[in-house]
Amino acid sequence: MSELRFDDVSVRYGTRRRGLTAVAGVRLVVPDGEVVGLVGESGSGKSTLARAAVGLAPVTSGRILLDGRPVPLRGPRRPVQMVFQDPYSSLDPRMTVGATIGETVPRRDPVTGTALDRRTEVDRLLELVELDADLARAFPGQLSGGQRQRVALARALAARPDVVIADEITSALDVSVQGTVLNLLRTLLRELGISMLFISHNLAVVRYVATSIAVMYLGRIVEHGPAADVLGDPQHPYSRDLLAAVPESGHPAAPPDDPALRAVTDAEPADPHHPPAGCGYHPRCPIGPFVLADRDRCRTEAPTTDHRHHAACHYAASAEPGASHR
Amino acid sequence: MTTLTAAGPAPRIVESPAVRFAVRRGIRFVVSLWVLLTAAFGMIHLIPGDPVRAALGISASQSLVNSRRHALGLDQPVIVQYWHYLSGTVTGNFGTSLTSQLPVSRVIAQRLPATLELAASAFVLAIVIAIPLGTFMGVLTRGGRARRAELTFTTTSVVLGAIPDFVIGVVLVWIVGVHLQWLPVAGKSGLGSFVLPVLSLAIGPAAILSRILRVEMIAVLQADFVRTARAKRLPARVVYVRHALPNALTSTITLGGLLLSSLVAGTVLVENVFAWPGLGSTIVSSILAKDYPVVQGVVLVYGIGVLGVNLIVDVALALLDPRSTIRES
Amino acid sequence: MVAPITDRGSRRPSSATRWLAVLRTPVGACAGFGLLALIVLAVIAPVLWSARAGRTDVAAMLQGPSARHWAGTDNLGRDILARVLVATRLSVELALLATVIAVVTGLVLGTAGVLVGRRVGRVLAAVVNIAVAFPGLLLALFFAVIFGVGARGAVLAIGFAGAPAFARLAQTLVAGIEQRDFVAAARIAGVGRVRILLRHVLPNIAESLIVNASIGAGGALLAFASLSFLGLGVQPPSYDWGRLLGDGLTGIYEQPIAALAPGVAVILAGLAFNLFGESLAKGIGLTATLGRVPLGRAQRRAAPAEPAEPVADDVVLDVADLVVTLPGHHAPIQPVRGVGFRIGRGEAVGVVGESGAGKSLTALAVARLIEEPGRVDASRLRFLGADLLAGPPQVHRRLLGTSLAMVFQDPMTSLNPTRRIGGQLAEVARQHGGLSRGAALALAIDRLRAVRVPAAARRAHQYPHEFSGGMRQRAMIGMGLMGRPALIVADEPTTALDVTVQRQVLALLESIRRADGVALLLISHDVAVVGQVCDRVLVMYAGRIVEDLPAAELATGARHPYTRALVAAVPDMRTDLDRPLAAIPGRAPDPARFPAGCAFAPRCPLATDRCRTTEPPLETDERGRRVACWYAGVSEHVDPTAMTAARGGHE
Repeated sequence: MSELRFDDVSVRYGTRRRGLTAVAGVRLVVPDGEVVGLVGESGSGKSTLARAAVGLAPVTSGRILLDGRPVPLRGPRRPVQMVFQDPYSSLDPRMTVGATIGETVPRRDPVTGTALDRRTEVDRLLELVELDADLARAFPGQLSGGQRQRVALARALAARPDVVIADEITSALDVSVQGTVLNLLRTLLRELGISMLFISHNLAVVRYVATSIAVMYLGRIVEHGPAADVLGDPQHPYSRDLLAAVPESGHPAAPPDDPALRAVTDAEPADPHHPPAGCGYHPRCPIGPFVLADRDRCRTEAPTTDHRHHAACHYAASAEPGASHR
Repeated sequence: MTTLTAAGPAPRIVESPAVRFAVRRGIRFVVSLWVLLTAAFGMIHLIPGDPVRAALGISASQSLVNSRRHALGLDQPVIVQYWHYLSGTVTGNFGTSLTSQLPVSRVIAQRLPATLELAASAFVLAIVIAIPLGTFMGVLTRGGRARRAELTFTTTSVVLGAIPDFVIGVVLVWIVGVHLQWLPVAGKSGLGSFVLPVLSLAIGPAAILSRILRVEMIAVLQADFVRTARAKRLPARVVYVRHALPNALTSTITLGGLLLSSLVAGTVLVENVFAWPGLGSTIVSSILAKDYPVVQGVVLVYGIGVLGVNLIVDVALALLDPRSTIRES
Repeated sequence: MVAPITDRGSRRPSSATRWLAVLRTPVGACAGFGLLALIVLAVIAPVLWSARAGRTDVAAMLQGPSARHWAGTDNLGRDILARVLVATRLSVELALLATVIAVVTGLVLGTAGVLVGRRVGRVLAAVVNIAVAFPGLLLALFFAVIFGVGARGAVLAIGFAGAPAFARLAQTLVAGIEQRDFVAAARIAGVGRVRILLRHVLPNIAESLIVNASIGAGGALLAFASLSFLGLGVQPPSYDWGRLLGDGLTGIYEQPIAALAPGVAVILAGLAFNLFGESLAKGIGLTATLGRVPLGRAQRRAAPAEPAEPVADDVVLDVADLVVTLPGHHAPIQPVRGVGFRIGRGEAVGVVGESGAGKSLTALAVARLIEEPGRVDASRLRFLGADLLAGPPQVHRRLLGTSLAMVFQDPMTSLNPTRRIGGQLAEVARQHGGLSRGAALALAIDRLRAVRVPAAARRAHQYPHEFSGGMRQRAMIGMGLMGRPALIVADEPTTALDVTVQRQVLALLESIRRADGVALLLISHDVAVVGQVCDRVLVMYAGRIVEDLPAAELATGARHPYTRALVAAVPDMRTDLDRPLAAIPGRAPDPARFPAGCAFAPRCPLATDRCRTTEPPLETDERGRRVACWYAGVSEHVDPTAMTAARGGHE
């Protein structure tokens, strides 16, 4: 049983006057053995949330709990591990693959308490990520991108983690390799029963891996629910926007004729240094105050999340999917 | 990254990057100045033993030493001395020379102009040589073209850049002064006497600066925005001078600043080679004579000169590259 | 947060090999030899010539060079050459001592941040920042006052004066390494600070430090000569080069060689250290730069020009047998070899393929943006009826500048950071349209409005860094609209953008295309994007077009096994969740070593011996579709999952 719980977590950088709230009061649970996909645009705070869970970003308020206890950030046992986006930066070019993986192997098995032998562990992990045992003596410079990402995965698994955080782990890879890494990931998740927070900007990839999906916008989770529900019946207008942005065949629709609707679809992404008041999404919202006259409360009043899929939208219940949207 | 959304607050004056840059840069100047003053003050107190005794020699009577210590205020608590030093310096009072009994400020006032003229001329000459030369060589040798020209230029500039200015000075004295007897080699007398000291100071920095600029030009010419400029089908001259050069200069200037402030320090040596009546000869003779108040004052002046060069460099950078004003925040 | 990878850290030879390779370059060999000679001389010279250097001879004062005294004698009749040679030891010894002090102090200050935490590190960085602004000589003078005149004082002075520069260097290097994810990964794994410093940080900065220490030793040698020259360093009766130089200068009219000989020694020794450091630095960076092999003199055209076919009016771009040749490590490489296609007026053509397939080079080649030493050959390259291969590119400047628009991948780096957006657009109209400054800026603002940049008039006065990624890409497109483009060549225009912004940019391109009948050549690695935007898709592999088909048939009608695998490898919103994704085993071939026969054969599940020996031609069928595969017709139904059988470890 291992459940990662973000309990009202905020991460703030900089001074009081000129600061940046990267993560603002996030409540999110990664249940035991499940994969939560986290989607959102650059600057939405999804990577910061991930880094906070492993102690790389400072938690300003709130708690991050593993099975009800704070995630240990000191001592030999590190039950939360992370795999990074760029496999070229995440492996020390001067350490062999074996040394890199071996560094993370704990002295004793956290469950049984038996001493672990580094060599055999490294061999076992390489086998697990479907790499030849000979590669233990290779340096990262001799590996391809896909192989490097497998090594990074093996290093994370070496710590015998309960939860693994995967931050855009396929986006730096060539498309032909992406598939093999995703296949491997799914096999491992099934076999090892690890919980995972899977971060990606690519909805189709998240759909393929995750059991539930959380959508993040400007440091907040704006929608969260089972993958099929969120994708099939999105409640928050931003989730719908993301879904509509996934390229499908057929020419992209020309911009809408209504000038107000056109202005919001062309609006720039929000600046996290100056988040809008009220609902953070209102300057871009196709069902918000810039389009519909009677929706001024979006400008002033931050929405609660007591809607379907915990959607943070005043009109989540009343929103008709598809109709109000181009 | 993202700025100014439709809903963002209107930019206030304090938010303007230029103003923030000026304020931040001003604060840094003041802090550096304070560090410099403190270091100059601390210098005397870090000297092992009694500086007055060291200056006057073993034979001086204890009463003379004591009265001199009293006159210099060295018998007071350190913190009081520090305060006196800071307030004195701000009002232009740098103390009195131990050997000549003249106010240090007067010594500096006498000697500073010669050094300033020398440093400024060399500074200008180095830049006037380096920028066109570096740009030209960068364009000529971009993408591995003109290998022979590149090799010649790189070798020459490495060699010239590695020769210390005072050795260049000595060689120039020998060739032009002793051998050809064209120009005066000692003292300051008319324009002709400037040629050799300025050359010895400027050659090294000019060589290094043009080499750096060449490398930066080559890097910038491979940048995406230069490809954009070429895709606009602009004439080559416009691409090089208007698009590439300002960007190459931004990275050159930072290194160039260091080089130019070491040119300021280089005057010490070159003045001693050419018996130039500036601060450089003063500081050396004062160190040898253990005339610490003069040393202190001159070190301070050199330090301020260096801070000035750095300020000029940062302002030039801000004018050339608007991004530099928002960096480091 | 998708960031393009900059440092591929490609296969580098081991460090020992690279260090040896440095000594094999002419400059490196000279410097290495010089340094060795210097050290040998420093050891043996005092033993051999001390007596000779110290012997005064009143009878032989100020003599010129002779058989007995090769460099003459000084004012006490001592042999100048012997004195210069003997002085080597003291000069080198003191310089090395000072360097050691500088490097050790600097390293301690520079790496302290890793050990004692960020806050202390920041304070140290600020202190070092102030100190490093002061030139070494000034610091050395300052410390010389404190430590006193003499050799010991000068060693300490020069050592401490050099420390800030090394501290700064170490801080910069450490900061660069600390940003990399492998340090973060080690932290997560619970690796301690000391171990991170020793295992991860120091090994990765050691090379740079050694290089700079070598250059620093040269600097220390010169600094020491300076102090001694001023009389602040070595005191009589000891002497080093600086002392000899200072003494020689006073008598330069009587005996110039007494000043010149030590001067030459200082220069040579300084150069030996400097050049050694520089060639090491170059050697370490050397692997990243391309080795250059001359391309030879091939004729401009790969094939004799065909008799001009009657070209239909509606063909915007017509390319045949396009070959791009670039210099390589051993021999010239051809990343694009024989590409041909046509684009009709208003048509949208996509080019897909993996990295290294030659997509971007094809785009740059047709736009005539490949510079020397790269070379472009084609049997036909016509744009709006003009033969782009005829005459130098300048001839077509006006045509290309107004009718061909380019949009590049990274809007962050593709706009000039030091110039305002409006000016960057306006210069197109000033250059090609002869507009005045005011009129050109007005047109630029109008074009920014056309690409729906909000508050265009105000934003035209802003710099690129004040724009968001999507807005920058709009400005790039607006730049292309300053003329009257007939073709927009867009090279991965949305790869660096978020999906919602990607949609905005693609919609913008689409509306421009619709409104003005502009043709589009869209390069992308993303099959889904190309499938959505384009009418026709060219699939490239190993520098060739392997399939040319209507975009609508991508999902179902592809005939080349590579195209099918490419489509199946990318999950979309309809991918079956219960089945593994298709994978293409192996890697895309390196342009330096394209395999014989069909280049895809080593990764192809259908490959036979025929594929491995004979390259399939690009055949056109009756509907105008093209495919290059021996089994294009017979392999309609292959289970894509069959290709996952190969283990990923072999990729």
